Amino acid sequence: MSNKISGSEILIRSLIDQGIDKVFGYPGGSIIPVYDRLYDFSDKLHHYLARHEQGAIHAAEGFARATGKTGVVIATSGPGAMNLITGLNDALMDSTPIVAITGQVQSTLLGKDAFQESDVVSVTLPVTKWAIQVRRPEDIASAVARAFYIANSGRPGPVVIDLAKDAQTGVAEYIFQPCNFIRSYNPDPEVAHEIIDEAAKIINNAKRPLILSGHGVTISKAEDELISFAEKGDIPVGCTMLGLSSIPTDHPLNKGMLGMHGNLGPNINTNKADVIVAIGMRFDDRVTGDTKKYAPNAKIIHIDIDSSEFDKTIKSHLHIHGNAAGVLRRLTEVIDKNNHKDWNDSFSRHAKVEDERVKARETNASTPDGKMLMGEVVSKVSEAFSHDAILVTDVGQNQMFSVRYFSYTRPRSVISSGGLGTMGFGLPAAIGAKIGEPERNVVLFIGDGGLQMTVEELGMIMEYNVGVKIVLLNNNFLGNVRQWQHLFFNSRYSATPMVNPDFKMLANAYGIPAIDVAHRDQLDEAIEKMVSTEGAFLLNVNIDETDMVFPMTPAGHAVDEILLNATEYYKPV
Amino acid sequence: MDTQLFTIAVFTENQVSLLHQISMVFSRRCLNIESLSVSACSIPGVHKFTITCKSTREMMEHVVKQIEKRIDVLKAFLHTDDEIVFQEVALYKVPTESVLKSREIEDIVRKSGARVLEIQPEYTVFEKTGHTVEVKDLFDRLQPLGLRQFVRSGRIAVTKAPVELVDEFLQTQEERKHKLNK
Repeated sequence: MSNKISGSEILIRSLIDQGIDKVFGYPGGSIIPVYDRLYDFSDKLHHYLARHEQGAIHAAEGFARATGKTGVVIATSGPGAMNLITGLNDALMDSTPIVAITGQVQSTLLGKDAFQESDVVSVTLPVTKWAIQVRRPEDIASAVARAFYIANSGRPGPVVIDLAKDAQTGVAEYIFQPCNFIRSYNPDPEVAHEIIDEAAKIINNAKRPLILSGHGVTISKAEDELISFAEKGDIPVGCTMLGLSSIPTDHPLNKGMLGMHGNLGPNINTNKADVIVAIGMRFDDRVTGDTKKYAPNAKIIHIDIDSSEFDKTIKSHLHIHGNAAGVLRRLTEVIDKNNHKDWNDSFSRHAKVEDERVKARETNASTPDGKMLMGEVVSKVSEAFSHDAILVTDVGQNQMFSVRYFSYTRPRSVISSGGLGTMGFGLPAAIGAKIGEPERNVVLFIGDGGLQMTVEELGMIMEYNVGVKIVLLNNNFLGNVRQWQHLFFNSRYSATPMVNPDFKMLANAYGIPAIDVAHRDQLDEAIEKMVSTEGAFLLNVNIDETDMVFPMTPAGHAVDEILLNATEYYKPV
Repeated sequence: MDTQLFTIAVFTENQVSLLHQISMVFSRRCLNIESLSVSACSIPGVHKFTITCKSTREMMEHVVKQIEKRIDVLKAFLHTDDEIVFQEVALYKVPTESVLKSREIEDIVRKSGARVLEIQPEYTVFEKTGHTVEVKDLFDRLQPLGLRQFVRSGRIAVTKAPVELVDEFLQTQEERKHKLNK
């Protein structure tokens, strides 16, 4: 008797053997055979039906970011695959492990402009870590094994498997063969002792050392290693946006966020530091500002798993090409126990100014019409969840305010579209995060613009009862663009005011309870109601559209040239 | 910024889409590839791309790293002309009648070190290998004498290093594989 099974079943068994029990997707003509087999495996492999392929892939990203596991998304050929592109690019920029499976037309029709045919591999190569087309059922198992290995090793990223329809319907034998080696790929480079010793020497001689902690710390689960390293060397830590939850907000060495809307202390002191230890971060232009004026006094030690990041934007004195957790463990062993009290205290001066000049204004506001400011809403919501929730953001002012005013106590608590800045990411990503981590509270801060980009995914919340708390920071404006128009384009609000629907009714239409918070007086009670209500909830918060995110390093300025408000640059004393 | 001609050697698996994966690193940065030559190399299953491009060293170093980052690429190397021995080949087609009419073409061809590939009543084809300038020089001389067709290959190159540079990488990977399977 033959042991042969269909390619579709090989795919599904391969996913299950990879430890996958949840997938996101949307069916269509060229992927029907896979969905047909999925019908028989629904007890082992739960499929979450998105309302749009972009929603499916962002949900897979949210799932992956919250859990560290690989997110899986399935779509059909042509338009289905093309609707994944934004999510693939987003996952590539933010090092998110994704395996995307796209249906493809019958292999005999390839290249003939068949119905719903797109050249998926060619289109996706620039936005993926790897992409492959599979035309024969016997090639599926090895392609899936390689895909998972590539997606979630080294620097994680998205991978596409483009599966021709005849590969799905044809038959072959299935033997599970996990992949742990590819000749042309080394995701786990060895770090020589000499390099660790050299780094230790630089760190030991530093008077004003600064750690820049990035997403790589979270990805390599190096949070404990980071804290041990920082504590032993008594080294202050600045976090990139995606690295924010790599160290608890209230840790004394955590000096806050780096970058354009980051905190004064770590940005000012970047240019004072004599040694910078950059871990799993890539000196993004939103972090560095003008690279010519960045960290002029510092010897930079750059630790990254991706060697193409070395010297890409900022020249470093020493590269350590390796996994952050392993490198930090070895570095901690060899560095001296140190004390940098004065240097650490120097951050407090800047923090005090920021508290008084920026944060107080934002969190203790008293607008006469009762419209609220984003910062006050975010800090109250963070508090209401005991600073323990997973924060998911969309993109724009809602993102900058929420990462600034939310507090973190646990790893993997910030999910935001950092590199690509994808509006519409928030809602589906929050859904995926909650599906991945059902025991944790998941709070989404989102603007009225971003919510409407993927609003159809309220359908997933309804269908699968996903308990996401949605805080809609609604200013009836595309707020971040409005801010730039106000500051740099003579307040000409071109195409940024929004005529919006009744969001409460919209949520209710999907069976999601919602409250309109029109006035500041109603805020505490509304938050309390949201927290105490089981399941999903939407707060439609009436935000003052004139509110702007500060501090701000305008694009192209040096990292220590920081606006405290629309007109005044910070002058440290 | 000083630009100069660089030669990039890329060793890859022999698979579909490699050319696209490499060329997109150039097109993303609006870099024009001057010449390209691809074929199987001495290591079984491994293909070698030899690419020339004019740019700054800094830009080319980024390009090489980003090419190497692609999963199916084994290793990529950046070379300047002094580090390699290189050559290209060109074919020149002239009417046989012109060759017979005067000694001029014959003299030029002899001096240039080109050789005759094929003689037909209608046409004669010469072949010349050399550096770009040499190949171009012969073109310039034959052009006024009735050159009918001219084609020239991309550059091929070997390094002056005593070993194939990709071997070291393959060796390390072999050791990794051994360790993983233990």
